[in-house]
Amino acid sequence: MSASVPKIEIVGLDKEFDLGGGETRRVVDDISFTVEPGEFVSVIGPSGCGKSTMFNIIAGLEEPDLGEVRVDGQNVVGQREHFAYMPQKDLLFPWRTIVENGALGLEVQGMPKKKALERSKSFFRTFGLAGYEDSHPYELSGGMRQRAALLRTVVQGREILLLDEPFGALDSLTRIEMQNWLQGVWSEYSWTAVLITHDIREAVYLSDRVIVLTARPASVRLELEIDLPRPRDLSVTTSHEFIAYEEQLIEVLHEESRKAFAQQNGAPRS
Amino acid sequence: MTSALNSKRAPLAAGAAPADPPPASPSAPRPARPKRRPRRDSFWGSVVPPVVIVVLLLVGWELAVTLTGMRPQVLPAPSRVVVEGFERADIIWGHTLSTLQVTVIGFAFSLIVAWIIAVAIDFSGVLRRGLMPLLVASQTIPIIAIAPLMIIWFGFGLLPKILVVALVTFFPIVVGLIEGFNKADRETSNLLRSMGAGRWKEFTFVRLPSALPSFFTALRISITYAVVGAIFAEYVGAQSGLGIFMSTQKNAFRTDLVLAAVAVTAVLSISLYLLTFVIERLVIPWSFKERKARGDR
Repeated sequence: MSASVPKIEIVGLDKEFDLGGGETRRVVDDISFTVEPGEFVSVIGPSGCGKSTMFNIIAGLEEPDLGEVRVDGQNVVGQREHFAYMPQKDLLFPWRTIVENGALGLEVQGMPKKKALERSKSFFRTFGLAGYEDSHPYELSGGMRQRAALLRTVVQGREILLLDEPFGALDSLTRIEMQNWLQGVWSEYSWTAVLITHDIREAVYLSDRVIVLTARPASVRLELEIDLPRPRDLSVTTSHEFIAYEEQLIEVLHEESRKAFAQQNGAPRS
Repeated sequence: MTSALNSKRAPLAAGAAPADPPPASPSAPRPARPKRRPRRDSFWGSVVPPVVIVVLLLVGWELAVTLTGMRPQVLPAPSRVVVEGFERADIIWGHTLSTLQVTVIGFAFSLIVAWIIAVAIDFSGVLRRGLMPLLVASQTIPIIAIAPLMIIWFGFGLLPKILVVALVTFFPIVVGLIEGFNKADRETSNLLRSMGAGRWKEFTFVRLPSALPSFFTALRISITYAVVGAIFAEYVGAQSGLGIFMSTQKNAFRTDLVLAAVAVTAVLSISLYLLTFVIERLVIPWSFKERKARGDR
């Protein structure tokens, strides 16, 4: 792993939204950070701070007003082919079987259906979905659906995974199982991944580094290296180091949350 | 936060399936649920009540006509309608085929037009704003006024009837399709775009399939209008068809034969209506299964 060129460089991203009537609202304010190859980075911030906007910019779905997104040193603003994006909702299509849902990205990219289905199928064991290839989404539990959605993301074979609160809609027990499972799969595959989350514990447990954003407009408030040995298991979550990381993040994040809360109550337009 | 995690579980090996409540096997996804009552019950439950109600109404009608001694020109007994109707079954059958032809061709034309309009509107906001008021306005035209004009413009052939059927049926389909296309939300659109899809692929991969359930709902509403539209178009002028048959029999005071034709119309409408369910099941079996899995009826 050469540490010379980072996998992703986010450089000075700015984004304002037009509110109409000549008013604008700054949502993203000079965000910069880097992600090393094979690194798992979590981005955490108060709700409504502009995380999702930042994510859409990285994924090439929106253009920034200023700044660059670089992959391997190249500016890729507006390009979508480097990132595989997983939204919070599973968005599995009821008219497709699970294996067909998994193949969606490949088919969209023009791979012949048969080949795409084979690719998709080859991931089913790893994702704990073996035997459910020909099931339909409504036959699966919430955790399985989310794994199927992650499978659909990973199958595309893109360099970087962008996960937007993938477990946010799950109940807390299932969420813990999913984090645990993802941690295991990730240490096997070493994907470069950026995860948006609200969940401090999730961020610490899964990440090599946690980036805390400020209240709106979002900028980087804190970068915290998580120096816990891998592979991790649940016992690590009760260790002193883990709890110290959590405390540090809780303190900063709650300060920002209070600001965001005051903003939302003070601003009539929010 | 961490206290909840004081786990007694052994950590999962990488790649193993987490134990969130998994269905026992793919074929029996919901093992713990009590069994539904067998389907036969719901069949009898949905067929018996309407049949009983119809039979009761007919019996009441028959009795009322017999007891009051009403003239058959005013109100014939149902038995008379049936007997007289069967006596002229071959004539009525011929007219039915004409009406069916107008209905099917008119409805097919309506479907084509509705799909073209709906897809065009889905791709263009300008078209949507430009066309919608026109489409709504088209529905405010009284058919009773336009149908005779159609005859003047296009003669007694098939064309004016097709146009009337299309006019009364295309609107629900267009609205159903437009709303169906929009069921695919912004997040789905973002997902597809992130995969590299353009507007056309987004349409074929998501918007089109997600519109199909609404399409079939709209189809059901429309098909019942189609038969009525065809009969109305024939009523104002045609060489054959149930509409013109009703018109001439009314002028001859054969109320019984008018009602016989009405009964045939009802059977025709109901058959076409039921046919939409069959087609729906063939085209989008997933929608049916999904609704069933969610417990909708």
